[in-house]
Amino acid sequence: MSLALNLQEPVTRIAEQEFHLHTLLLVITGIIFLGVLLVMLYAIVRHRKVAGREAKQFHENTTVEILWTVIPFLILIGMALPATRTVLAQKSAAGADMTIKVTGYQWKWRYDYMDENLGFMSHLATPRDDPAALARPDYLLEVDEPLVVPVGRKVRLLLTANDVIHSWYVPALGVKQDAIPGFLRDTWFRVDKPGIYRGQCTELCGKDHGYMPIVVDARSETDYRKWLDERKKLAMAAADDPAKVWKLPDLVVRGEKVYTQNCVACHQASGKGIPGTFPALAGSPIATKDKPGHINIVLNGSKRNAAMQAWGKQLSDTDIAAVITYERNAWGNNTGEMVQPAEIHKARAGTS
Amino acid sequence: MAMTDVQQAPAHHHKPSGWSRWLMATNHKDIGSLYLWFSFIMFLSGGVMALCIRAELFRPGLQFFAPELFNQFTTLHGLVMVFGAIMPAFTGLANWMLPLMIGAPDMAFARMNNWSFWLLPPAAALLMLSFLVPGGAAAAGWTLYAPLSTQMGIGMDMTIFAIHIMGVSSVMGSINIIVTILNLRAPGMDLMKMPMFAWASLITAFLIIAVMPVLAGVVTMVLTDRHFGTHFFNAAGGGDPILYQHIFWFFGHPEVYIMALPAFGIISQVIPTFSRKPLFGYTSMVYATSSIGVLSFIVWAHHMFVTGLPATVQLFFMYATMLIAVPTGVKVFNWIATMWEGAMTFETPMLFAIGFILLFTIGGLSGVTLSVAALDIQLHGTYYVVAHFHYVLVAGALFSLFSAMYYWFPKMTGRMYNERLGKFHFWWSMVWFNVTFFPMHFLGLAGMPRRIPDYALQFTEFNSIASVGAFCFGLGQLIFLYNILTSLKNGKPAPALPWEGADTLEWKIPTPAPYHSFVEAPQVEADHNGSIVSMHGDKHH
Ligand code: HEC
Ligand SMILES: [Cu+2]
Ligand SMILES: [Cu+2]
Repeated sequence: MSLALNLQEPVTRIAEQEFHLHTLLLVITGIIFLGVLLVMLYAIVRHRKVAGREAKQFHENTTVEILWTVIPFLILIGMALPATRTVLAQKSAAGADMTIKVTGYQWKWRYDYMDENLGFMSHLATPRDDPAALARPDYLLEVDEPLVVPVGRKVRLLLTANDVIHSWYVPALGVKQDAIPGFLRDTWFRVDKPGIYRGQCTELCGKDHGYMPIVVDARSETDYRKWLDERKKLAMAAADDPAKVWKLPDLVVRGEKVYTQNCVACHQASGKGIPGTFPALAGSPIATKDKPGHINIVLNGSKRNAAMQAWGKQLSDTDIAAVITYERNAWGNNTGEMVQPAEIHKARAGTS
Repeated sequence: MAMTDVQQAPAHHHKPSGWSRWLMATNHKDIGSLYLWFSFIMFLSGGVMALCIRAELFRPGLQFFAPELFNQFTTLHGLVMVFGAIMPAFTGLANWMLPLMIGAPDMAFARMNNWSFWLLPPAAALLMLSFLVPGGAAAAGWTLYAPLSTQMGIGMDMTIFAIHIMGVSSVMGSINIIVTILNLRAPGMDLMKMPMFAWASLITAFLIIAVMPVLAGVVTMVLTDRHFGTHFFNAAGGGDPILYQHIFWFFGHPEVYIMALPAFGIISQVIPTFSRKPLFGYTSMVYATSSIGVLSFIVWAHHMFVTGLPATVQLFFMYATMLIAVPTGVKVFNWIATMWEGAMTFETPMLFAIGFILLFTIGGLSGVTLSVAALDIQLHGTYYVVAHFHYVLVAGALFSLFSAMYYWFPKMTGRMYNERLGKFHFWWSMVWFNVTFFPMHFLGLAGMPRRIPDYALQFTEFNSIASVGAFCFGLGQLIFLYNILTSLKNGKPAPALPWEGADTLEWKIPTPAPYHSFVEAPQVEADHNGSIVSMHGDKHH
């Protein structure tokens, strides 16, 4: 394995400019450092105290002092000019060919293709707590559903977050932008080269900050179109009939999936939570007795603790019904009770 | 002049004994020692947390700590080192040395001085005990960004309270430093003559008074968001999470210089002494230090280049930040010009000072790299930033503190430290510091985010190297502790002037410094950087 010593290989014009800026800065700062080092080494070797050597007592020299104020200033201007050009380029998101809304969640991303009526979540795909996972080449940098984009098109990202601040960073694209709850920020990229580009969340966002990777899959225009059609069909097929009446075992199976994708990070696979931070659901009064309370907190979140968010905003009626049913029947909460999607639909009408 | 000349007053009157000497301490030397020991203990505690972090990151996968505990370590490591180790260490040094360097009998407000110190242990206890409460310690990073910091348990409240207390302590300490320097200088010790260490402490004290209340304010806003229904940082209630960052970094960037300027001051005393030459460009040093202080207030948003600031704002903060490189460069050039044509010797304080200049220059240059907003898009939030600020804070602040401790140890204790161990401590620290932190530049360039407990496989090698380096570096600090402890007991008696080139006021009084020095202000004739041409009329007991 070769050791990476530099920025990742750029695949956008912007990333390339950043790459060159870094090279320029590395050369300039490198020369300055070498200069400082050499002069100092020379002094250390030649101007040490040896018998008969007296220190010269000079302590001022206006010319020299003016020079070493003005020259660095000029060097800085030399750096600032190309940097300014790149800043302006990074900031001009106008004229985009398509827009994707990116939402950061604790701890996953959601991508909504604004012009296509398509949206999905993107979760870490590396299994946690499995030592064998370390053999996977893209350990911690793989997701279940990457963000697919066409090459050669200007893609504008609109970023926001659901809970805390996250930051969407893909080094090869030269893009990093904070996703801020309650606000929209934008950035853009245009990928020149088809390929898979990986990045991570770079703003500390809680416990699983290290586990919310980003994968961008850049494809040719035709491949992108093909993917888009298939993905939309898939979404249609997966859409649930909200009026369907489910049987308990099916609902529990579905609910376990929803739980694993959305709730396990805090409430844990054991349902025992993390004492002091995330409450246990196993044996909790809400998950064993108070059904309306249970529906309410999952649908609308907690008023007391923002970490427990309003899942109604991102999960379908069926998913919420399933996960509640699962929680009421897992880890010894054997209530045998079921919640049907229709009940969630009604609860939404009552609270929104 | 010497101690023996003074016989009146019973001994206990000079020098209280037992625990009350420390608990009720009003003597600047005692309080200085308390500060220094406290900060060293905090340095070791923060260091242990750093080693926990590096142990976890030695290889990929989770081996020792769950992610939530890992985040507590990164958070508390930062808070403990900044507020518990570095800041109190500089205050302690200022307490010990300033009165001696400017000819004052003590600090201006001796009782407030006692309070400034004794507020710190309870604050430190709050921080440390927060590991034990439900939910554990704060885990939002030392920056405590909202809204993440509104999610945590009671550990966050304890941290906020600890910050309040430490803020009060450092503001009181700063008032003391300012009043002492402005009012208690010996006749003849003009402002434009006094040592750079005094100048640096003075400017730092002003920065602290200006920004610590801002920090206290912003964490209080987090506190009220958490418990009293306000929405400063909650968009759903009309607040703005980014407001937190603006306020925090308005404190945070000057804070960087609060930890750097005193270091500049120390280096400006040590380099001339061991070069046997006056400091080059004293006046320009004073102006450079002041302008760094002023500029530090208008660069804060360079920590926010990826929050989505408009282009014009990014450009303003980029230019302003680059500008700071000019006075900082002037300082480095002045130090080198001081060494030039000198007659240098390389005792431990000088070694640490030279190490400081080299490594601080690297940190400064990576800082210029980070200031370029367009490039910061790649580097922000990665290990490059971690590398940068450890070059500035460990090789900067910490090395300068070691330099100062070795330099003034004979004056403080009347004994010499072990020179061979001191030199070994320097070389050991120098090597392992670089092994630890230099690879982090590469990790950051390759895109490794900071504050993650586990990482992708391509980051393995450099993380392993950094971890090995960190453990060696950490262990090496015990050499320092051993040297100090043994030298306190058995060190060779220090001569009155252990350093041939030292000519500031503290070297003109008996060694060790008498418990009450300058009970009458001396009349001095001083030259630049506090070097004393002549002095008479001083009294000590
Ligand atoms: C980011 C962490 C987090 C995630 C993810 C999360 N929760 Fe919670 N949950 C919490 C916290 C914190 C509370 C406690 C809220 C309070 O104190 O009011 C909570 C409380 C609850 C409760 C009430 C428990 C009780 O006994 O009071 C239920 C039920 C619940 N969550 C269900 C879920 C479901 C279902 C999901 C997934 C769809 C989920 N949670 C995902 C953090 C989380
Ligand atoms: Cu995140
Ligand atoms: Cu800054």
